[in-house]
Amino acid sequence: MPDLIEKKKTEAVAVSAPEKPEKARSLGSDAWQELRRNPVFLLSAALILLLIVITIAPGLFTSVDPRAGDLRNHYLSKPSYGHLFQDDWFGYDGQGRSIYARVIYGARASIIVGTCVTAAVTVFGGLLGMLAGYFGGWVDTLLSRITDIFFGIPLLLGALVVLNAFTARTVWSVVFALVALGWTQMARVMRGSVITVKQADYVTAARALGAGTPRILFKHILPNAVAPVIVVATIALGGYIATEATLSFLGIGLQDPTISWGIDINSAQNVIRTAPHVLFFPAGMLSLTVLAFIMLGDAVRDALDPKLR
Amino acid sequence: MAEQPILEVKDLVKHYPLSQGVLFRKQTGAVKAVDGVSFALGKGETLGIVGESGCGKSTLAKVLMNLERATSGQVLYKGEDISRLSGAALKAVRRNIQMVFQDPYTSLNPRMTVGDIIGEPYEIHPEVAPKGERRRAVQDLLDVVGLNPEYINRYPHQFSGGQRQRIGIARGLALKPEIIICDEPVSALDVSVQAQVINLLDQLQKDFELSYMFIAHDLSIVRHISDRVGVMYLGKMVEIGSDLEIYDHATHPYTQALLSAVPVPDPTARETRDRIVLSGDIPSPANPPSGCRFRTRCWKAEDRCSTEVPLLAVPSLLSGPAAHASACHFAEVRQTVTT
Repeated sequence: MPDLIEKKKTEAVAVSAPEKPEKARSLGSDAWQELRRNPVFLLSAALILLLIVITIAPGLFTSVDPRAGDLRNHYLSKPSYGHLFQDDWFGYDGQGRSIYARVIYGARASIIVGTCVTAAVTVFGGLLGMLAGYFGGWVDTLLSRITDIFFGIPLLLGALVVLNAFTARTVWSVVFALVALGWTQMARVMRGSVITVKQADYVTAARALGAGTPRILFKHILPNAVAPVIVVATIALGGYIATEATLSFLGIGLQDPTISWGIDINSAQNVIRTAPHVLFFPAGMLSLTVLAFIMLGDAVRDALDPKLR
Repeated sequence: MAEQPILEVKDLVKHYPLSQGVLFRKQTGAVKAVDGVSFALGKGETLGIVGESGCGKSTLAKVLMNLERATSGQVLYKGEDISRLSGAALKAVRRNIQMVFQDPYTSLNPRMTVGDIIGEPYEIHPEVAPKGERRRAVQDLLDVVGLNPEYINRYPHQFSGGQRQRIGIARGLALKPEIIICDEPVSALDVSVQAQVINLLDQLQKDFELSYMFIAHDLSIVRHISDRVGVMYLGKMVEIGSDLEIYDHATHPYTQALLSAVPVPDPTARETRDRIVLSGDIPSPANPPSGCRFRTRCWKAEDRCSTEVPLLAVPSLLSGPAAHASACHFAEVRQTVTT
């Protein structure tokens, strides 16, 4: 019997002793631990990393000038193609230019437009939405009406007007036009999210402790209000890339010496029945890029929300 | 109460304006959430505030915490009016008056660890605990409220409701306040857990000489923890006194009606007891009845009640435990209430 009691005691001790001391972990490092084991994240991150490397150093992937055309390579003259990573990998377009080289060089416009517009729109629209939602009253009235006015401008029509004002259109003029017209969506999402969060008891508790407005905004409200904005931003990122392609397709975005998937899709549409590969590769890369960013946003959102773990 | 009360409330009023018009806002009325409430809280004392939903209990707590500005009246902390303070002076006062919230599921930031939540008061008031000692202080607090100090890196969603409320209490204790305002601290918890949290609050009061203002609608819990009890109806305090005076010698008809609704554990007493069932709903605080606010639902109401506002005072005709402040023209003990 005493043996049994003794045994019970040791068992109890073994159970109550913590398995291992818990390390201090921040939300960020927790999210990172979560993401590292998520195959969706790894796949999309690898793809995006590759796209970024392509954007920075396209010369690493192809040695061919994407603007150099040789009509002997015209798709109707049946050039050989399909050699991995060679300039004839994806075949040639109607000017005899290497589609592979054009797809590689075209990534730059899309990635720059997508990331820069999303970053600017999230920061600018998010900040305005947060101020409108948190302070309410006349601040909210003023900011919301301004948002409504910008929201009323149709994106393509507005972009047409804005881009026409530029004599030489570069990637940055497209970024400017999309930011000027696109921030309203983020402002609205953020405002609604902040209004919900600011009524939570933990915000009241922070005020009762004497916390100042910056602390309440950036420690309590922003981390809890930002999730819907991240989701909308990642979906919008793909959308901005697509919009840039649309504008280029319509001839009011980027112009020919610049290489963009949108321009190539535009020129390929005329030959879709004779040479579908000319359309397929830039359009496929565009879809893949948009998909990669949406998957990344999804994975990040899940990791940043402790409740979903 | 020979010594000065630690918290004294004089004629506190909180009206929320009702306005109409889109461009030119015009005030058309006001919701009289708290309308002239006075009471005092002594050091180490627990004052229970009871009343049904919408009677202004929580608004009272918010005004005392300076989360809402009082429309008029005074909140005296050790003789100093804190209801008009702002900036650094208000921040200093906040160290001494803290709050425990009703719903432990929304009162903890889900994106902060327990250590960050309980440590935040020290970041806002760095003079309370130097940086190197904060972690130690937070672990001590977890220990005090009966949680494992190892839990410091966990997130709120990893805890049960009762444990979360303990975290909320630890946060309230961090600044070593003298007064804690508990706004229905157990009404969101399971009955079995309610008792644990109440006992914890009781123990903390003894250990840290805290004064509590305990807001609740559960009369049995208020009786258990309170030294004195105030009853509110439609923004006004209708009766206030020691727990014995209120529970066994209630003189205000509203208090009597409330007490008669308390569940009785004895089945035979349940058969025989006299239940007062009030008719009608609580009137809108935007348009309260004239005179006595309870008159529309009171069985004693006479013409006098609609013209003359009864003051919260000790009725001169009563003596003994019945002689405590009661805002009724016809205050008298009704001896059928069995609790």
